[in-house]
Amino acid sequence: MESVLKTAFPFVVYAVAILLAFQGVLMIVAYTVLAERKVLGWMQGRIGPNRVGPWGVLQPFADLLKFIFKEDLVPDKSTKFVYFLAPLIALTCALMPIVVYPFGPRLSDPLGWLVPYVANWPTIGPAINWVALQALNMPLTVAHIDVGVLFVLGITSVGVYGIALAGWSSNSKYSLMGGLRSSAQMISYELAMGASVLGVVMLAGTLDLNGIIEAQTKSPFKWFIIPQIIGFFVFLISAFAETNRVPFDLPEAETELVAGFHTEYSALKFALFFMAEYVNMFTVSVMCTVLFLGGWYVPGLSRIFEVGSIPYALISHLVFIGKICAFLFLYIWVRGTLPRFRFDQLMNFGWKFLLPVAIGNVILTVVIVYFLNS
Amino acid sequence: MVSTVLFFIFAGFAIACGISLVYHRNPLYSAISLVGVFLSLSCIYITLAAPFIAAVQVLIYAGAIMVLVVFVIMLLNLDDDRPRKSLTYLYGIGGGLGLALLANAFFVYYAVSRVPNHEVNTDETVGRTLSIGQSMYTEYLLPVEIVGVMLLMAIIGGVVLARRLSQPQLELVVDEELDIRNEKEEKDDFRVSF
Repeated sequence: MESVLKTAFPFVVYAVAILLAFQGVLMIVAYTVLAERKVLGWMQGRIGPNRVGPWGVLQPFADLLKFIFKEDLVPDKSTKFVYFLAPLIALTCALMPIVVYPFGPRLSDPLGWLVPYVANWPTIGPAINWVALQALNMPLTVAHIDVGVLFVLGITSVGVYGIALAGWSSNSKYSLMGGLRSSAQMISYELAMGASVLGVVMLAGTLDLNGIIEAQTKSPFKWFIIPQIIGFFVFLISAFAETNRVPFDLPEAETELVAGFHTEYSALKFALFFMAEYVNMFTVSVMCTVLFLGGWYVPGLSRIFEVGSIPYALISHLVFIGKICAFLFLYIWVRGTLPRFRFDQLMNFGWKFLLPVAIGNVILTVVIVYFLNS
Repeated sequence: MVSTVLFFIFAGFAIACGISLVYHRNPLYSAISLVGVFLSLSCIYITLAAPFIAAVQVLIYAGAIMVLVVFVIMLLNLDDDRPRKSLTYLYGIGGGLGLALLANAFFVYYAVSRVPNHEVNTDETVGRTLSIGQSMYTEYLLPVEIVGVMLLMAIIGGVVLARRLSQPQLELVVDEELDIRNEKEEKDDFRVSF
């Protein structure tokens, strides 16, 4: 019994953690789509979806069912293998960063309260005791990676292939133009994004996402948005460009390119691209929250609840999700407000303004950190 | 045990991608295979407790350099390469180099097998970001600087080569176009009125 438990325990824990994390993120993403349609409707003086379920809350599931049952059209002259591969790459690269999200603070002893009740039970008592010992100091992250920032940046940069290959393999001019634009845009803005993260990494002294949050947990004035205000805005702007959202949604500018790189995709393959876009929005919001807004840190919460207790972790986690949702709302708000850039304006803005500002911010931070430390 | 299994999975994937890289005639398939090689190498780096190198491998090679290569291939819209008869002597050279590489691999294996065996310690600081940064900017400062200057030279060279003439501004092109159209319309008007 005990040996079976000890072998199976890590697998079960990881399976449950992955299931919870992915399911939670995908639910939030599904409701982001609904929120976008609702909020855009209100901004434009409409009602938005309100037929499926009360206030339209079941709309995401109706959409999913519709996507599944639509006819799947494949262009005759497309490069079949790459055409099928592209949406898979896009969604996989969008989902992979979920494993390093710091969803909350460490739980110091989550099962400790259970042990006294079951200590006298014959088999289950020692087993639960052992599990409780394993769960001491449990982080609310699926995988703890030392270089979390680089992991997220690296995986999302691989996601460009999904879009570029989709555009190339569809064998359509609109798709190819959309794919080219999108990959050019993502490569350009990735540089500014990486450079804007450097300032935070220097101040925190670590590339670990949990470590970066812990460097901001003394007071809200320690949040990196204050010393890194330039970096924050550079990151935010390049985040909009990275996720191909308004005002940088050139790849799918409807008036010129139909739907950009996914013009030729239908049914579930289109749904995969659609999900990838919204999961990427979520990832970027998580990064913004973690790097600049203190992640799960709630000012003053450690005075009310003990650090590491279950209510402390729960409230911190909910606040973390709340901060992310605020960023997601910002995305929708901007979409309802701003017009689209022209492509040469976009490239000029990225290379001639955003990148120099980001590099200047890095140099400024280096000088300040050097003089503060010496 | 687990790391051995993982090593064989990723090494096998890397070799398969390498073979498909050489085998495919379509340059885009070759590029995708090369990305596969980089990704599986970075997975091997992670099992060797060097997460920083793994992340940088993905970020720079797979995420930046190969994207540019794919970009160029897409822009050029190349056809499949056909084998050329005049280059058959390359088979001999390639075979010879392959044999040399294989001998090299066996030599490395022999040299490593003579060294006393010791387990990879995941708490060791060798592959960590801090130690890499420290050794880069103290012990290996000169090579890093040389590489930096060379990259700068490459960038400037690229700009000089690509920029033949001063590019006309977009507005100017549009203006010229408008002027030409206006002239044409005036001529047309002239013809019509007579």
